[in-house]
Amino acid sequence: MDLKELYQEIILDHGKNPRNKKKCDGFNKDAKGNNPLCGDKVHVFLKLNDEKQVEDISFEGEGCAISIASASIMTEIVKGKDYNVAKKILENFINMLKEGSKPSINSLSDNENTTIMSLSGVKQFPMRVKCATLAWHTFLHAAEDNKKVVNTEK
Amino acid sequence: MDIKEIKSKFPIFSNKVKGKKLVYLDSANSSQKPKVVIDRISNFYSKEFSNVGRSMHSLAVTATNRFEETRDLIKNFINAKFREEIVFTKNATEGINLIASTYGEKFIQDKDEIIITELEHHANYVPWHFLRKKKGAVIKFAECDKQGEVNIDSIKKLITTKTKLIAVTHVSNVTGTILPLNKIIDLAKTKKIPVLIDGCQGASHLKLDVQKLDCDFYVMSCHKMYGPTGVGVLYAKKKWLDELPPYQGGGGMIDEVKKDDISFPESPTKFEAGTLQTAEIVGFAESIRFIENIGIKNITQHEKEITEYGLEILKKNNSVSIIGDPKERSAILSFTIKGIHPHDIATILDDDGVAIRAGHHCCQILHEKMGIPATARASLGIYNSKEDIDILNESINKCNKIFNN
Ligand SMILES: Cc1ncc(COP(=O)(O)O)c(C=O)c1O
Repeated sequence: MDLKELYQEIILDHGKNPRNKKKCDGFNKDAKGNNPLCGDKVHVFLKLNDEKQVEDISFEGEGCAISIASASIMTEIVKGKDYNVAKKILENFINMLKEGSKPSINSLSDNENTTIMSLSGVKQFPMRVKCATLAWHTFLHAAEDNKKVVNTEK
Repeated sequence: MDIKEIKSKFPIFSNKVKGKKLVYLDSANSSQKPKVVIDRISNFYSKEFSNVGRSMHSLAVTATNRFEETRDLIKNFINAKFREEIVFTKNATEGINLIASTYGEKFIQDKDEIIITELEHHANYVPWHFLRKKKGAVIKFAECDKQGEVNIDSIKKLITTKTKLIAVTHVSNVTGTILPLNKIIDLAKTKKIPVLIDGCQGASHLKLDVQKLDCDFYVMSCHKMYGPTGVGVLYAKKKWLDELPPYQGGGGMIDEVKKDDISFPESPTKFEAGTLQTAEIVGFAESIRFIENIGIKNITQHEKEITEYGLEILKKNNSVSIIGDPKERSAILSFTIKGIHPHDIATILDDDGVAIRAGHHCCQILHEKMGIPATARASLGIYNSKEDIDILNESINKCNKIFNN
C-alpha cells in the first residue's frame, strides 16, 4: 500500500481547488449523499437536457480530500456527456475501485483517463472506497430522480 | 511503573502493522486485551465451560461460580453496596437503553423532561429520543462551551419541576473533559432527580466509588476496560432495580410462569434474560484483576502524564488545533490539522502504524456546536508512552508534507 498512489498530485489539486463546487445555474435535478460513519456530505446539482445530455453539473459538500477530489473529478468527466455514456463511465469507475478491474472506457480522452485513473490508488485502501464513490452514486440518484439520500452504509 | 513491562502483556503489540510498530491511540474506542484475559477465555472454554445457573452438573456449578465471581469483583471495583446492583448487559449502550426503557415506562409521562449535555455520545441521546417519540418526553441539552466544559449553571438553569432524569457522561469521548459529577449529583439530590452516568470513558481511567459519588445509575463497556467485547455493566441503586419493571423477557429472568400470569425474581436476575456472554464475563474478571494489580491511581497518573506531554507537543505544532481546553482532562486528545480532513490524517497516520480515530466519534451535536464536521482523536491506555506521542507528532508532520502545507 502506497500513500503516494492515494494522494497523487491530481487528487491533492482537486481536493484543494475543487472544480464546479457551487450550485450551477439552471439545474433541473439534484440529490444528496451522506457517509454517516465519516460525516462526509455531498449535494449534486445536475442539468440534464431533453436529449439526456449532461449540460451542466456541480456539487457542494464537505469531506476528506478523496471525497472532494472525486466529486470534482466526477463533474469534470461527466459534463457534456450523454447520460448513458456517463453511466457507463460510472459503472466502470466503481468496478475499478471495488474489484480492481481496469476501466475500459473508450469514450474518455487521454486526459480524462489520466484524471480518473488518479483515483485508482483508492482501491488499496478499502476504508476509503466509500469516500471516492459517494459523489458518483449521488450523481446517479440525481439523474434518475431518486429522492432517497444516498447512504454509504446501506 | 514499568510501562514496557505492562505493554509486553498485550500480545497485539508483538505484531507489526504495515511493517511498523503499532502505536495504538484508539483506546477510547476500544482498548487492547492483555494475555491473561485472552487466556482466561480460552481456558474457560477448554476446561470449565457450561451454561450458568441452569443445570445441576458440576460443570454448571463451576461456571456459575466463576460467572458470579466477576459480579463480586465489579461490585468491589466500583464500591457498590450490594452485588445485586451489578447487572450484566452487552455494552454501555444497552445499559442506557435498559434504563431509558424501564425507567421511561414507569416514570416518564408526556412533557416530562430529561436533561443531557451537548457533549453526549449518541448512546446517551438516542435512547432518550425514543422516549421523546414514544412518551412525549422533552430532552434538554446543557450547553458546553468552547473549552468543552459543562458548567454546573448550565444544568441548573434547565431544571424544572418536570425534570425526571439527568443523564451525563463521566468523561467526554471527544474533548476528554471530566465532568463535575459531584456538583451535578449534589444539585440533583437537592431536587430529588435521579442521575445516570455514562461511564464509558471513566471506568478503567479514573477511580470509581459509586457510593461516594451517590449516582443512581452508572454504565460501562468492558471492551474499553481491557476486557472482552460483548459485555457491559449497569450499576443501579438497589431501590431502582427493585422498582423498575423487567427489560427483556425470556429464560432465566422469571420467578413463576403460569398460563395466566408470570412473576419475576429480584435483581439482577430480573434484568438478565437469556444466556449471557458467559465466557466473556468470566474473562472480564481478569481485566479487573489486571487493572487492580497496576492500581487505578497509577493508571490515572500515568495517563495524565502522557496526556500532558501530548498536549505540550501538539500545542507546539503550529498546524494542529486541539479541540477543547477543559481544566480537568482525561486521556483523550482530539485535534484538527489546518487544510487536512481528519480522514486523510487517519489514513496517513495508519501508514506509520499509528492507529487513531477520525470522524464525529458519535458526537454530532458536539461537532456541530464546535463548528467542525470531524476531528482526529488520539486516546490513551496504560500501554502508551511518550514515544507514542513523538511518533504521532512526526506522522502529523508527514501529513503536512504530503498535503504541501
Ligand atoms: C462516552 C461514550 N458513551 C457510550 C459509548 C458506547 O459504547 P458501546 O458502543 O460500547 O456501548 C462510547 C463508546 O464509543 C463512549 O465513548
